Amino acid sequence: MIDEITLSAEGLSKRFGTSNGSNNAVDHLSLQVRRGETYGLIGPDGAGKTTTVRLLLGLLSRSEGKSSILGFDSMNDTYEIRERVGYIAQQFVLPADLTVMENMSFFANIQGVTREEQKNRIPELLAFAGLTDFTGRLAGQLSGGMKKKLALACSLIHTPQVVLLDEPTLGVDPVSRREFWNLLGNLRAERGLTIFVCTPYMDEAERCTQIGLIYEGKLIASDTPTQIKRLVNGELLELTPSRFVPAQELMTGLEGVLEVQTYGEKLHVFVDEAVRRTPQIEAALNTQGITHQGIRRIEIRMEEAFISLIRRQAHANEKANTETELKGQK
Amino acid sequence: MNQENLDNHQDMDLAQLPIVVEGLTKSFGDFIAVDHVSFSVKAGDVFGWLGPNGAGKTTTIRMLLGLIKPTSGSASVLGFDPVTQTKTMQAHVGYMSQQFTLYNELTARENIQFYGKVYGLDREELGKRQDEIIRMAGLVGRENVLTSRLSGGWKQRLALGCAIVHRPQVVFLDEPTAGVDPISRRDFWGLIYAMTKKGVTVLVTTHYMDEAELCQRVGFISQGRLVAIDSPSRLKQTQMHGQVLEINCSDPEGGMRVLKTIQHQGQIPILEVALYGAQIHVVLPDVQEYKEAIRNILLQKNIQVNSIEWIAPTLEDVFISSVTTFSP
Amino acid sequence: MQKRRQRLIALILKETMQLLRDRRTLMMVFGLPLIELFLFGYAVSLTVYHIPTAIVDQNKSPESRNFIQALVNSQYFDITETLQSEDQIVNEMDAGRVKAGIVIPPDFPTQLVTGNANVLILLDGSDSFSVQSGYSAASIVAQNYSIQLTAEKITRTGAAGGSLQQAGTMPITSSIQVLYNPDLRDLWFILPAIIGMILQSMAVVLAAITVVKEREIGTLEQILATPTRPLELIVGKMIPLLVLSLILIGVTLGLGVFWFGVPFKGSLWLYLWLSLLFIASSLGLGLLVSTIARNQRQVAQITQMLMIFSMLLTGLIYPRSAMPAASQFIGDLIPLTYFIRISRGIVTKGVGLAFFWGDALVLLIYGLVVMITASFSFRNRLD
Repeated sequence: MIDEITLSAEGLSKRFGTSNGSNNAVDHLSLQVRRGETYGLIGPDGAGKTTTVRLLLGLLSRSEGKSSILGFDSMNDTYEIRERVGYIAQQFVLPADLTVMENMSFFANIQGVTREEQKNRIPELLAFAGLTDFTGRLAGQLSGGMKKKLALACSLIHTPQVVLLDEPTLGVDPVSRREFWNLLGNLRAERGLTIFVCTPYMDEAERCTQIGLIYEGKLIASDTPTQIKRLVNGELLELTPSRFVPAQELMTGLEGVLEVQTYGEKLHVFVDEAVRRTPQIEAALNTQGITHQGIRRIEIRMEEAFISLIRRQAHANEKANTETELKGQK
Repeated sequence: MNQENLDNHQDMDLAQLPIVVEGLTKSFGDFIAVDHVSFSVKAGDVFGWLGPNGAGKTTTIRMLLGLIKPTSGSASVLGFDPVTQTKTMQAHVGYMSQQFTLYNELTARENIQFYGKVYGLDREELGKRQDEIIRMAGLVGRENVLTSRLSGGWKQRLALGCAIVHRPQVVFLDEPTAGVDPISRRDFWGLIYAMTKKGVTVLVTTHYMDEAELCQRVGFISQGRLVAIDSPSRLKQTQMHGQVLEINCSDPEGGMRVLKTIQHQGQIPILEVALYGAQIHVVLPDVQEYKEAIRNILLQKNIQVNSIEWIAPTLEDVFISSVTTFSP
Repeated sequence: MQKRRQRLIALILKETMQLLRDRRTLMMVFGLPLIELFLFGYAVSLTVYHIPTAIVDQNKSPESRNFIQALVNSQYFDITETLQSEDQIVNEMDAGRVKAGIVIPPDFPTQLVTGNANVLILLDGSDSFSVQSGYSAASIVAQNYSIQLTAEKITRTGAAGGSLQQAGTMPITSSIQVLYNPDLRDLWFILPAIIGMILQSMAVVLAAITVVKEREIGTLEQILATPTRPLELIVGKMIPLLVLSLILIGVTLGLGVFWFGVPFKGSLWLYLWLSLLFIASSLGLGLLVSTIARNQRQVAQITQMLMIFSMLLTGLIYPRSAMPAASQFIGDLIPLTYFIRISRGIVTKGVGLAFFWGDALVLLIYGLVVMITASFSFRNRLD
């Protein structure tokens, strides 16, 4: 029961317009999510995240492959899915001219929640979301963070078993984002909810049970955060140099340095062996007269993994393209 | 709140600074959106304007752009008064707003052309500038794509291009990288740096603390008031009340809940506890004193502790500890 | 089915609340029609009085002078010139100095006695309002004198010696006007049609906007992801609009009858039922528009076009029978065309269903066809 697969996709593909194989918005995507898990879909803008979610829900028709939620096929059993699933669309804006309470009631009725159940659930959800004192306020007059929490409450009113969220915290400040995820976490703990979320925020991705990294429609990695981070080559050193650009250029040329990334005013340097290269790096910096506030080894986070893996894939794609072009020219 | 620190540029001739704000206030009826804010920005600097949503960031920018009239106080942008010399000033100022300024039915190039004409560039200038901007924004090969087809990261760069088509000396960017992926964000900031190298002054609002670290100076605004202003490094030294413990454990959310309970109960003087990705940051008056106690508490709750160390505070730690949350 | 009912009620409630809270739309929905009504009632006149007229009195008898006086007394004709021949009238008309000409034959009195009196009226074809007014007025006077009125519509060439063009069949509507509108009050002619015009415009715009707006804002996707069926969504939107339209009819009709004094001769019940049918067709047309329009701006453009066509081609102002086949065809596609006949019939003539069951049937079929076409475009997917 705990291992039950609640969401799955197999070779799922979607083509828009032309039937050119390389223009797949979603390209033979396969994944599996189990009950109680949180699956985070991340990737650059336009990579196909929203399209994937819409395909799973049957809001778009697939070109190839199949997908299902709770055993119901996305295309053929669409209404069965919609009765059991909660969804927050990317552009979702609640009806601004209805009050908080009216919004909750509307979505409850739309989802077929009985009057009895509504009496209990609505106050409960409102309390969780911190909206109890705002039932009479028009949704359009809530702050950004409150709107998102209301959207979450409305999407969960029918106690769905699976929830799909498309960038639910976009444009909201860090404190409100944390509150949103607190709320979701609490609700999940109580109900064994399966969560499928697209997010542009790497710190949110960190906390997922599984992460899917999607690039140009293809899932280039789908695994636990730990495993995905292992895909990155090298060990990570972090340092704060006094002169940023010279340090960055210097690092790139050093022996044993596999990759250099930036993070704020810090440099993230990927080396083959941290222990061996650290003194070498410090020496190099010293000769250039660049001071630094300590250099330490840190764990790779999703932010670094994202950059590294996407860059690698982009590079590979480019090489493949040039090769095909060259072949074509012959 | 360091009144003394509020303006480090007092010794410089204020009239020469590209942005000077003094006692700027805006109220809407009873609601005070911006409360006697004062600061200044040096030429070629990137100034980070941070704060929770609804704190007054955008209202301040709008006053500096001459879009709203202040209730009291004054501002000067490039020596111009935004209220009385609005149009003259706007010819030298660029603005990229939170809601995109782009027209979806036009191509990238057409958007640039539109803004070029709106800013009064003549045909020859516009012709040259178009290509410059397309190159700068990395849109080569994409310039004839309909804007609606461009993904978020590209739209941001195009919007920036349109905001600087008239070579402004001062640029206001309102959350330019909201929700954009890590790679595109870094590319975008590369563009900002390129601009400042040419002497352009940038005021930017952002919620990404790593971006805030890239600013020369940062101002925090909360509920209309300027709560702190300084360089990122000095802010971390002076505004951080306490030390930061970074914890990597097997159940971050569970660990959070445990520590929050401890905070409530008060046995350990926890000042702040927050989730940073999969790590927990705990702010304490003295890390060494309580480090082991915290490790043990977590272990007792069956949470494995992979690492627990004292780290230098990040700007986000400072942000969370010094700014009160704005409630709706 | 229980859930379906629950969903439907929830949707209807939501749409109603949103409609009631949209002050601006409500003001427009009630304000514009009232303005139109008052404009047509007080400011606009389709009747032309004091038409500059030339007289050719080939008889010059007391009888002929009596007749001419009667024409003058009607207020419709101002005798500005006395001429000697038809050709002279045509010249004057060409030059724009007169808009009508009356030719009384030399043996007028004798003709009167034998009951064969024949008077010729020439009308300036370039001014259809004058034509209509002049003909109608002259017809009445002629009737009272038991005179056969022959009418000729002159096409102005702008040069001396205009060509004569037989008027042929003068619009039957004019004579009906004359019969049923003895005072020729414009409003009584216009009001039943205006009500229809207002209703059609409102219904089409509201129906189209409510769908397109949701699509634009993005809430449509959110609702589609619930168990809601597309049909339920449509019905939920249309019912409040239906009710609103009925209220609108009540208000405009009430104003017309009680304020402007337009007589209501037929069955109110029948009128309301047929109005319902008409509204449904218009709402359906609005739904069809919403499937074509990508955004609210396009809705505005399409409905503007519809309004122009409706004003010109449905028989609202200009009689349809005088139009070329292509124009009549377009008019046939607009629900208002049929409703105008129904509305005028019931209000001004008091006739029953027997007279225009054909029109009613067309509206019914129209409504069904349009709604079915539109609902096919409302799928439960985004593509």
